Formats: sequence, C-alpha cells, structure tokens
Amino acid sequence: MRRVIFAIVTTASAVVFLLSFKTHSTPAAATSPPSASASPTAGASAATGTTSAGASATSGTSSSSASSSAKTYTGDEAQTIYGPVQVKITVKNGKVAGAEAIEYPNNDPRDAQINSYAIPALNSEAVAASSARIDTVSGATYTSQGYTSSLQSALDKAGR
Amino acid sequence: MTPEAGMPPGAAGPSRVVHVEHCMGTVFSIDIRDPGPWEPAIGAVTTWLHHVDEVFSTYQPGSDISRLRRGELTAAQANPLVAEVLGLCARAQEETNGYFTAALPGGIDPTGLVKGWAIERASGILRAHGSVNHCVNGGGDIQLAGEASPGQPWRVGISDPRDRARLLTVVAGRDVAVATSGVAERGPHIIDPRAGAPAAGLASATIVGVSLTRADAYATAAFAMGASALAWATGMPGIEALLVWPQGATSRTPGFTDWESSPGPAGRPAP
Repeated sequence: MRRVIFAIVTTASAVVFLLSFKTHSTPAAATSPPSASASPTAGASAATGTTSAGASATSGTSSSSASSSAKTYTGDEAQTIYGPVQVKITVKNGKVAGAEAIEYPNNDPRDAQINSYAIPALNSEAVAASSARIDTVSGATYTSQGYTSSLQSALDKAGR
Repeated sequence: MTPEAGMPPGAAGPSRVVHVEHCMGTVFSIDIRDPGPWEPAIGAVTTWLHHVDEVFSTYQPGSDISRLRRGELTAAQANPLVAEVLGLCARAQEETNGYFTAALPGGIDPTGLVKGWAIERASGILRAHGSVNHCVNGGGDIQLAGEASPGQPWRVGISDPRDRARLLTVVAGRDVAVATSGVAERGPHIIDPRAGAPAAGLASATIVGVSLTRADAYATAAFAMGASALAWATGMPGIEALLVWPQGATSRTPGFTDWESSPGPAGRPAP
C-alpha cells in the first residue's frame, strides 16, 4: 500500500489515519467468511471503543458481503494529541472504494467544525488517490521547486 | 484483495532503475523497467538533455536560440539541431492551424515543442542502449516505451489542474506519449498566437498519441485554442484529447475513453 500512503500524504490528517492501517489491513480479510447479512459495519463495531495506550494490540477486522467483493477494514485506533482517531476503509477488488472515520475528536464545537470538512475530504481523497494505481503523472509543467511536493516526486522516491 | 494489492504498486522487482535529473527549469524522471545496469544509458540521456538546454534555452544568453534571436546567428550557422526543431515547429504550426507557433512576439521560441522532442529522443537513446520498457517524464510530459511490468501497461495519472494532488483519470497504454499543457503551476504563460494574449479558455489540455514531439506541440496548441480545441483534436488522426475547463468540467474526444483504464468494479467514472 505504499502508493496509497504517498498519494494521500498531502493531507496531514489522512496520514495519521492511514498509519494505523499500514500493518493490519490485510490478514483479517483472508479468514473472514462472507456474511449473508452484508452489514458493512459488523466488523467495525467490534474494533471500536478501545481507548488504551496499547491500541496497536487491536488488530484490524473485516467484514464482507456475499453480494459483492467489497470488504471493510477497520484500522487500529490512533492516539493523536486531539484525541483518538479510528478509520474504516472499504476495499473492492483491491482498490479503496471508500474511507470513513468511525471515531474522531468531536468534543467541542471547533472539533465538530473541523471534522465537518476534514472527514468528507479524507473520504474523497482516499478514494481518488488510492483507487488509481499509477506509474507516472502527466500535468502542466512543474518547476524544480514544485516537483519536490509533487505526486511524481513521491512515485520516483518509491522506485528508488 | 487482488494479489497485487499486497506489494508496492508499480514495483517491478529488482530490475527497476529510477533517475531524477533537474534540467530546463524542471525535473526529468527516467524510469527503466529492464534488467540493468543502466548507468551508461542514463548518463547519455542526461548529457543529451543538458545539451538540448544549452542549445535551445531562451534563458541562457549564450544558447544558439538566444543568439539567433539577437541576430548573431542564422539558422544555417546554428547547431544543426536548431534547423531540425524549427522544421518540426513549422510542421506543427501547419497542423494546428497556427495555434502552435515558434514565431512568438519576443522572437523565435520553440519551447512548446523542444521538451517533448528532447524526451522522445531520450527514449530513443534508451532504446539504443537496449531498454525496451521505460518511461521518461519531463515536467509532466511523458514518452512511454513497452510496459510497466510483463503484461501490464503503463498507467499515467492525469493530474487535476485545479488541485494537482488529485487525479482526474488514468490513461493506460504501451508505447504511448502523453502531454499536458496548463496553467497549474507556472501561471498563464501560453500565448494564443491569434489573439496575441495569454490563453484562458481552458484549465488544461492533455494529448495522448504516439510521438511526444507532436503531442507536446498539440497540447500547447489545444490549450491556446480553448473552446475550439475539441473539434480540432477530434479531427486530427492519431491523437486523443482530454480538455479541462476553468470550472473543472472535462471534455474528451470520442476515442479518449479507449485509453482510460476501466473505471473499476463499482463502475465509478473518474472523479
């Protein structure tokens, strides 16, 4: 999932979210039986609610639907300075089809205000960036300085 | 998950070399997917790119182009590459109904074609050194050779001119060229030669074709054309175009979708 991580690196909050996925998103998928109920949140609720410092001990969970190949993966809870954050992604045929924060700081009006645009942004960016497995990027000519923060730069680093 | 999801996307095993070279005010990425070593080939490519810059830069007072502009040289006295490029510019001018031209108000300026031409030549240098699978990307203009990995076409993300961290779509292909002109980073700099003013009708124009020399000049021309670019590109054999309008809407020539990778299991079109 390296490219996924790189592609989303432009959003600091998304980095926090996705770090907790890096090592735990895959194993549960293979062992999870298809669920006839097709409830996409069945797995998610099982992983929510742990607030201990040892959050990394909680492994990701998944659920899958009999009617499609979509699976959901719930990341470990990440402790941030603003509070606990936990994210669930939906994967279809190896591509991220959706992302959703299932736990995030929401204790005061300012948190709620930030999250009202940060969470939808996470969703659209994760889908836009990671559903595209790419080798290179075409766009208006960038300057030498602009290259440093470009998607192409991230792809080049991944290849070296 | 598909098997590929577990490995780093784009990784082609140990036989992959990526070289990054700063030149012509931008960055060239050379990505070779064949068993190496490729140091001599990459050295030849970077030497070539810097040579092109020395001959064609409008920023270097001592370049052949700068001396030509000041009347210190004739095209016949300049490096032979100058005559070759000006010939290609004349052809592109004809093919684009004058929307591409090297005859700009400030003097002769083949910049809109030189980078694509230099990149296409760079790909030829790599081929001459034995590489059949590679990607040369110069500041967002791309010449591809062969495949990204056995059986897998190269996948080129087309960046959103309004937010370059986002991709509008993905073009997948073998041995293709992809060029994009737009205002995203350098600001308005493409002159509509017919209006004599900066072009503003489009946010970006992407051309997919076989030759980057042509694709680069065509992208510049399409951007200058603005609203008339779609009809022109549709009528041009051998190329397809994706146009992005200032408010973010897109237009495609009918064949462009053939290049776009399948929208995926959910049937989701490119955002």
